Amino acid sequence: MITLGTYLALSGIIFSIGLVGVTISRNVIKVLLSLELLLAASNLSFVAFSKFNGDYSGQLIVFFVILVAAAEVAIGLAIIVLMYRHLSTIQADELRTMKW
Amino acid sequence: MVSSHLIWIAFFAPLFACILITLFSLRDKTSSSLIAIAGILTSFVCSCLVFTQIFQTSPPVELQQSLSWIHLDALSINFGFLMNPLAIMMLLIVTGVGSAIFIYSRGYMAEDPSSPRFFAFLSLFAFSMIGIVLSNNFIQLFMFWELVGLSSYLLIGFWYAKPSAADAGVKAFLVNRLSDFGFLCGIILLWSLSDIGQGRSFQFTELINVIPHLDPHLLTIVALLLFCGVIGKSAQIPLHIWLIDAMEGPTPVSALIHAATMVAAGIYLLARTFFIFAPSTTALTFIAYTGAITSLMAAILAIVENDIKKILAYSTLSQLGLMVMALGLGGPMQGMYHLTTHAFFKALLFLGAGSVIYALHHEQNIWNMHGLFKKMPITGFTFLVGTLALCGIFPFSGFWSKDAILALAYQNNIVLYLITSLASGLTAFYMGRLWWVVFWGQAPSFHRRANEHEIHESPAVMTVPLIFLALLSAIGGFLGIPQLLFPQQAPEDLNLKVAIISSVVAVLGLGFSYMIYGKRSQNDPLPTKLGGFYTILKNKFYFDTVYGWYVDRIQQTLALCLAWFENVFIVRGGVEGITNLARSGGKTFRYLQNGLVQFYALIFILGAVFLFLLLSKTL
Repeated sequence: MITLGTYLALSGIIFSIGLVGVTISRNVIKVLLSLELLLAASNLSFVAFSKFNGDYSGQLIVFFVILVAAAEVAIGLAIIVLMYRHLSTIQADELRTMKW
Repeated sequence: MVSSHLIWIAFFAPLFACILITLFSLRDKTSSSLIAIAGILTSFVCSCLVFTQIFQTSPPVELQQSLSWIHLDALSINFGFLMNPLAIMMLLIVTGVGSAIFIYSRGYMAEDPSSPRFFAFLSLFAFSMIGIVLSNNFIQLFMFWELVGLSSYLLIGFWYAKPSAADAGVKAFLVNRLSDFGFLCGIILLWSLSDIGQGRSFQFTELINVIPHLDPHLLTIVALLLFCGVIGKSAQIPLHIWLIDAMEGPTPVSALIHAATMVAAGIYLLARTFFIFAPSTTALTFIAYTGAITSLMAAILAIVENDIKKILAYSTLSQLGLMVMALGLGGPMQGMYHLTTHAFFKALLFLGAGSVIYALHHEQNIWNMHGLFKKMPITGFTFLVGTLALCGIFPFSGFWSKDAILALAYQNNIVLYLITSLASGLTAFYMGRLWWVVFWGQAPSFHRRANEHEIHESPAVMTVPLIFLALLSAIGGFLGIPQLLFPQQAPEDLNLKVAIISSVVAVLGLGFSYMIYGKRSQNDPLPTKLGGFYTILKNKFYFDTVYGWYVDRIQQTLALCLAWFENVFIVRGGVEGITNLARSGGKTFRYLQNGLVQFYALIFILGAVFLFLLLSKTL
């Protein structure tokens, strides 16, 4: 029997993977992918709540999130391209001139 | 009918002259001196016209005119004048003697390159002094009181390149500030007490009606506080110290400000607001004794002084003491009478001394002057007139006014009479000493700064004012000044007994001085005769020493302690502590900002987890 808890657990696992990916991967593209995982995990829990509560507003929000995620990816990739042009690298820890 | 326009013109003409000189003729000596003289003469002529108008009617009119200056709910300050016989007499003295001295200054300051500045300051002083004379309320009076102090400071320190002159200016200003603080407190206290139904007031004419309703003890405090101002301005003991040093200024300044007018402002204030002092016997007694002690002390100090101007300064102190004592004994008429004659003969003496100093190229030590009578007959003769008037020899003006004061003291307080008689005798002695040493005897073969043949009489621009003042000093006793000052008061007859005694004392003093100084001598024989007392006198009764000690040790120590406290606790602990805290905090925490995006993300995540835990705990 698949309950709400199962969905939420899966969502939690994916979210955690995303968090870890955001913090430890040095490749900026991987960071971006991990961010997508975070968004996907939250979308999953939205849809699950929507299904089990019979309220469609959760699904509505998911559409917004997907929209924003698309925009975010576009901007993120553009930044990465620029970064590669200027620094010839896409390693996040090479970007450290903005400090004290 | 008294014309108020004339009074306003007399009031502002010197200020106008001052502004004109400052704006347009600071580089031109001739025109600036002429502008200044024109200003003061305008005032003088207007005063004379007002004088005739005032005394046309009997009793003389009193005229007041006020413009509203500052008006608040509970406080209104006017700017105006109160013209009465007392004020017009004082105005005549200020502008009359002032005119003579302005004209004299034209000769005396002719060689000074910055004389336009001098005339501008002198005009400013004349304006301020006229302001004191005419003011009809305490706030306006105080303003001009301070202006007079300012112009006095500027003129004492006129030769500011000379350190002693600059110091003397500062000293005069500081001592006066000290006393003016008390004066201001008195004014404010009186104002706060002055509400008897119609609101508080600074106006003299309204305060007259208020005084009888006041608590006598508070009134005594008010009177004593107001007297503080007089102590400073009229150089009474213990704040007399500035007047002697003030002699660093140019001699016409000493004559006008530090002999004839400004130092007399205190006496004038006492006389004009005598209604405040009259009900308080305590205050009056205090005033009388202050005056008498000042008079005696200054007379004693004068006999060992060697600087011609400082001798005259001591004698000014002494005479001011006499006037203050007269006021303290309840005789504003006698005090003002002596003020008037004193203005004549003391201005004369100072201008005479200036003439001598001018001829000897700024030599002021009397032991470097001998036998000048033959070289400078006009100066010598007018100086003699001034000396006799000051000593109180019949029939010169000083005789009459001094006798009036002595008679008053004789009737009221025999102790004060004896003190002032002694002071009068000493006055005759030191003035005789001055005259014999400077003018008598053989003409010397050389002077320290000027060659024998170079010494000659001063130009007419200087001698004419001398003659004018000598005339006034000689006949001042016959002008009926007391009746003009206080028309409603019955004139007092000459007290023959007092007159004879004081004449004898004066002649004795002069005789003694001739015995000691009549023979030509190079040095002062007095130090050997006085012995140890001489040292005390040379140190001016240690007033300056004590003040110096006080300022140097106590005040300075206190200031150092406070400075240390401020440095350690306020500056280093407070101000610098806060900046250091902010700075070191910033230094520590800035390492958090390491530029790594993922580090920020980690912090963010940890923060979110932390908040989440916190939230779940409370739920």
